[in-house]
Amino acid sequence: MHAMLAATESFHVNAVLFYALAALALAGAIGVVISRNPVHSALFLVATMIVIAVFFLTLSAPMVAIVQVIVYASAIVVLFLFVIMLLGIDRQEMLAADDRKYQRIGGAVLGACTLVALIGMTVTNWQLGARTASRRGIEEAGATGDVDNIRPMARTLFTQFAWQFQVTAALLVIAVIGSVVLARRSSRPSREEVAA
Amino acid sequence: MLAVSAFEIGAQHYFILAAVMFTIGATGMLLRRNTIVMFMCVELMLNAVNLTFVTFAKALDDSAGQAAVFFTLIVAAAEVAVGLAIIVAIFRRRQGVTADDIDLMKG
Repeated sequence: MHAMLAATESFHVNAVLFYALAALALAGAIGVVISRNPVHSALFLVATMIVIAVFFLTLSAPMVAIVQVIVYASAIVVLFLFVIMLLGIDRQEMLAADDRKYQRIGGAVLGACTLVALIGMTVTNWQLGARTASRRGIEEAGATGDVDNIRPMARTLFTQFAWQFQVTAALLVIAVIGSVVLARRSSRPSREEVAA
Repeated sequence: MLAVSAFEIGAQHYFILAAVMFTIGATGMLLRRNTIVMFMCVELMLNAVNLTFVTFAKALDDSAGQAAVFFTLIVAAAEVAVGLAIIVAIFRRRQGVTADDIDLMKG
């Protein structure tokens, strides 16, 4: 394939399927933003993530799609729902907070700027640099460069990105310890309790 | 400018979809004050970026794009774990998790 990304090359995806899924995904995304109840937002988020998993399937990335469903749509959203239910913050006083006019106007303007900038980037030609070493590594190892199966991805992840992979392990451990420390009920009284 | 056909779905369509989804997430981040919903908007943005990564992986026939999704996923999981722990900690102290309430670095 030419170094200039062949953005006009067809992916052989059914156009009707694509537009239907895109409509679902965008409807879910808008639902996340405009739902007054955080539980509804979380459910819209699940819908969006599952639709994105289907998009991954259409991009011949089945492994990523499965991980998307298991990790994102299940684990992360369940964590969200768990915290919402634990804290009971779907109550009324939370819902009246989002009503400042200047925030709406400013947010809409900045959002429009973001959209224009991103779409502008997507319709421009990129001059892409050298291929990542992963593809070379796969070719040197004698495998095909096709991304249809898990093997090239695993090879990339565990050879070229092995160091980064281990760093993410450290990151996860630190995050888990940090969240335990943060959410632990402190034995010392808080500032408000001392003041009272 | 590239000519984009409406019926020949290519990388361009996925990029535009991801751009719109990212924008919805970013706008939601700016509009909402409920910190949990703001977190969900961050997840939307991360998902949009993941979609871009996988699209590039397909368009360039390079598995590094799919590998990058895993790193995004790990960062997202770590972010959600720590972020929700912070929300729980804040909620213990002041019975509300609106972004306006959280304007001090100290507790």
